[in-house]
Amino acid sequence: MTIPTSSVEQVIPGQGAMAQPDPTPAKAKRQRFRFVSNAKALTGIIVLGIYILFAIIGPWVAPYDPDARSRDLTQGPSSSHWLGTTHLGQDVLSQILDGTRTVMVVGLAAGAMATILSVLIGVTAGYLGGSWDDSLSALSNVFLVIPALPLVIIITAAAPSGGATLVALIIGFTSWAWNARVLRAQTLSLRRRDYIEASRATGEKTWRIVLFEILPNLTAIIASGFVGTVIFAVTSEITLAFIGIGSDTGWNWGTILFWAQSQQALAQGAWWWFVPAGLAIAFLGTALSLINFGIDEFVSPRLRSAGKTKVKTASGRTVRMRVGFTPVLSNSSAPHTHAKPIPTIATAAATPVNRSKEATE
Amino acid sequence: MKYLLQRILFYVFTAWAAITINFFIPRMIPGDPVKSLLARFQGQMSSQAIDSLYVLFGLDKDASIWSQYIDYWKQLFHGDLGLSFTAFPAQVSDVISDALPWTLALVGITTIISFFLGTGLGVLAGWRRGSWVDGLLPATTFLSSVPYFWLGLLAIFLLAGPDSFFPSSGGYSPGLVPAFDQYFIPDAIQHSLLPALTILISSVSGWILSMRNMMVTVAAEDYITVAHAKGLSDRRVALSYAARNALLPNVSGFALSLGFIVGGTLLVEIVFSYPGLGFLLFRAVTAKDYPLMQGIFLVITISVLVANLIADIAYLLLDPRTRKEG
Amino acid sequence: MSAQPVLEIKNLNVEYGLGDQAVRAVRDVNLTLHRGEVLGLAGESGSGKSTLAYGLTRLLAPPGVITGGEVIYHPGQGESYDVLGLSDKGLRDFRWAQTAIVFQGAMNSLNPVHKISTQLTDVLAAHEPKMSAHSRNARAREMLKLVGIAADRMDAYPHQLSGGMRQRVMIGMALILQPQVVIMDEPTTALDVVMQRQILGQLIELRERLGFSVIFITHDLSLLVEFSNRIAIMYGGRIVEEAQAGALYRDSLHPYSAGLLGSFPALRGPRRELTGIPGSPPDLKGMPSGCSFHPRCPKAFDPCAGNIPVLGNPDTPDGATRSVACWLHPVKEPVA
Repeated sequence: MTIPTSSVEQVIPGQGAMAQPDPTPAKAKRQRFRFVSNAKALTGIIVLGIYILFAIIGPWVAPYDPDARSRDLTQGPSSSHWLGTTHLGQDVLSQILDGTRTVMVVGLAAGAMATILSVLIGVTAGYLGGSWDDSLSALSNVFLVIPALPLVIIITAAAPSGGATLVALIIGFTSWAWNARVLRAQTLSLRRRDYIEASRATGEKTWRIVLFEILPNLTAIIASGFVGTVIFAVTSEITLAFIGIGSDTGWNWGTILFWAQSQQALAQGAWWWFVPAGLAIAFLGTALSLINFGIDEFVSPRLRSAGKTKVKTASGRTVRMRVGFTPVLSNSSAPHTHAKPIPTIATAAATPVNRSKEATE
Repeated sequence: MKYLLQRILFYVFTAWAAITINFFIPRMIPGDPVKSLLARFQGQMSSQAIDSLYVLFGLDKDASIWSQYIDYWKQLFHGDLGLSFTAFPAQVSDVISDALPWTLALVGITTIISFFLGTGLGVLAGWRRGSWVDGLLPATTFLSSVPYFWLGLLAIFLLAGPDSFFPSSGGYSPGLVPAFDQYFIPDAIQHSLLPALTILISSVSGWILSMRNMMVTVAAEDYITVAHAKGLSDRRVALSYAARNALLPNVSGFALSLGFIVGGTLLVEIVFSYPGLGFLLFRAVTAKDYPLMQGIFLVITISVLVANLIADIAYLLLDPRTRKEG
Repeated sequence: MSAQPVLEIKNLNVEYGLGDQAVRAVRDVNLTLHRGEVLGLAGESGSGKSTLAYGLTRLLAPPGVITGGEVIYHPGQGESYDVLGLSDKGLRDFRWAQTAIVFQGAMNSLNPVHKISTQLTDVLAAHEPKMSAHSRNARAREMLKLVGIAADRMDAYPHQLSGGMRQRVMIGMALILQPQVVIMDEPTTALDVVMQRQILGQLIELRERLGFSVIFITHDLSLLVEFSNRIAIMYGGRIVEEAQAGALYRDSLHPYSAGLLGSFPALRGPRRELTGIPGSPPDLKGMPSGCSFHPRCPKAFDPCAGNIPVLGNPDTPDGATRSVACWLHPVKEPVA
């Protein structure tokens, strides 16, 4: 559902070297620190951390049992129910807190599964080439063009209603293709690099090359793919719950929205019922996207907002940094450094002659 | 033309794969929910309809999987997707053809508008870094993280209502008969505004962002510097040199993302009870109408494949490098 | 050769980045291009030679900024002006009509999605809007013929041409408005040696016919010795020596020039021993004090580490026609 926008993902064979990352191992190590210092990535990681915290402690800190009914039917936010109640008097805040765990576990599990599949398929296709590449690429392209969500819906609907694990499996199994494609392209270009060719020439075992030479250089792309899949998995999972299929055990933000929709929360003006769950999804998605922007900018520095795009000239005017028109800060022709016709040295002027003689002899 | 042939071949292959997946899904699942539904409609169905459902869902345990597969294909070629349980005794194919135009109009048109609008704004954002469009980016990131359907809920809550200009549900006012006339068309458009706006807002940011990133990447290419050095107008450099090249990956991205987008937009139909395929799928899922679900999946997949092919043709026209001479 | 200047660079300074992170890539460069001459600009990568070329027409990509200096252009007729002081519109009009550039990397200089004809004629459309489409096409055809490309390649796309052909197209494009100055930035680096000489030979011939001046930038000093009238050597963002090509080749004064000359085999003339230069080019972020070459210089002595030598005419018999910035050759008169 999220349109893949990462430039890392735009590295598609045939489109040339645009935005190709340059993952040299030594460089990557030096830049790792810079990644965390990227403001976008940092914000994303902090927000994600809060979600993970609530995934762990959520069910314990929830003020009520999310299933427990009360007499406060469809009540707005109050001091006893911070986010109001449902048509059965259930506490919305407790439902959201309780649902965080399911959402995060399913999202991360599906993301991990899709990532493992995409690495296996993408790297194999890119590294082994030949008929392996042809068949695996065809497979990923097929999974790419088949609309994923309808596929997930019909599989989930046909499956016996299982728990969250089944939902995670189905989503993971259907959402690996995009990353596999990106990884294949990148592996292909890595394979042609000199140091990989050299390892192959010296008879290094294939699995060793893949494990120690290829994979470390794919870290950023794999990470970005993982984050992207988690976004997709979370939205899919919530969507399934929203249309009333998938896991029927436990709460999930989608389940809250399902009840809100089916019990006419809109018509009753019960905004507290559906707004918080949606915001929870949106903030999680934004946090994950921010992490991905961070990875993108880390991989291809051109995308980084130039920081200062406006500069002050000597005459006090402001000019914009732009391609094709280099700003002229000053066009005075006074020299900036003071080169001298006569050296200022304390020692005797005789030394130069000696040294130069020595050097020429 | 070799390129186009390859693509067509690939889509045929994908269609085959999707149909085969569709064939296997009900057969891999233990227990047969269709059988219990058949039992419910016992006596109301012709034997031919029952046969066709047997073929679609592999209820005939005596037949080998291979002969089941052959029969399945034969049936598909006749356009027989079985009977719908929710719309009993209507054919699935008829139910779908009623809903398809609604989806094509709503999702098709808004997706195209969104692509062009987003691409245009992306050109601006990428060319004039630090301009007002760049300021939109954080907001669009947030909007693209919101599930389409939730934005739909919000739109209904805030904008629709009994006294509002925007109807909150349906594709047209009750009492009107679908026809291409002066009563129906404006009414249908009025009903589609809010869903369309929802889809537009949630999908446009993706295009802005990817086009912006491509513009930034392309702006560093040598031919852009050459274009500036040639003293061409800023407009010509931005459009004919930078945007024209940045568009290429965005078009192939368009083709690849269609599968994602369609999934999301179908959900908007659910929220607005819009009489398209998405809402139909929702009803089928709720009622466990398996023949209808499978039929909808097939039709959606084929439509996406056709849209992909169109995007490929556009790419072919845009990039001279894929056109081979002779 | 007339000594009339066409382009005068005065104390040009270019930096990458702003404030504390700024890296000074071109430092107080003074250089004059005379009418009709080929001025070679040589140096290792990172010496600032390309930055200088892009800087003088304001084509440096962000975060490049010009922090000082003047680029005085003397048109054939009319008053001289500072290119860096032009408005955007003025600069656009100046570009290509007065100073055209043939870029490094012929492969990426052409827009892959447009025909050769489109890319040749859009220059004309921008600079001579009154020209008819028909005569624009005729002009483009004529330019292709001039550089030895059949007119039927007008409708070709860049990917359908070989590397050598693309570079010829670029040269034809550079000459289409008959500019006074053509800057060539490593124009033949990506081509094989035979193609290199063929294209450069053709260019020199065209120059004699059309009478433009050339700034020829390359790291390949042997090409410069062969094809240029005058050579300027850059190191660490500064010009360290400048002389007639023959004089520089026979007796270079700056140890760095000598090192450069010693690092490639002579194509003509007596055999020499190949020496190369020890060490690596300076880091622009942490430029050595004094003469930036002194850590690598075999002849460095006391004043070198603490004092930046000024570029000026040395006290030699041909001192009036050349300049050098080196403490070994005390300057009689600084250039500026």
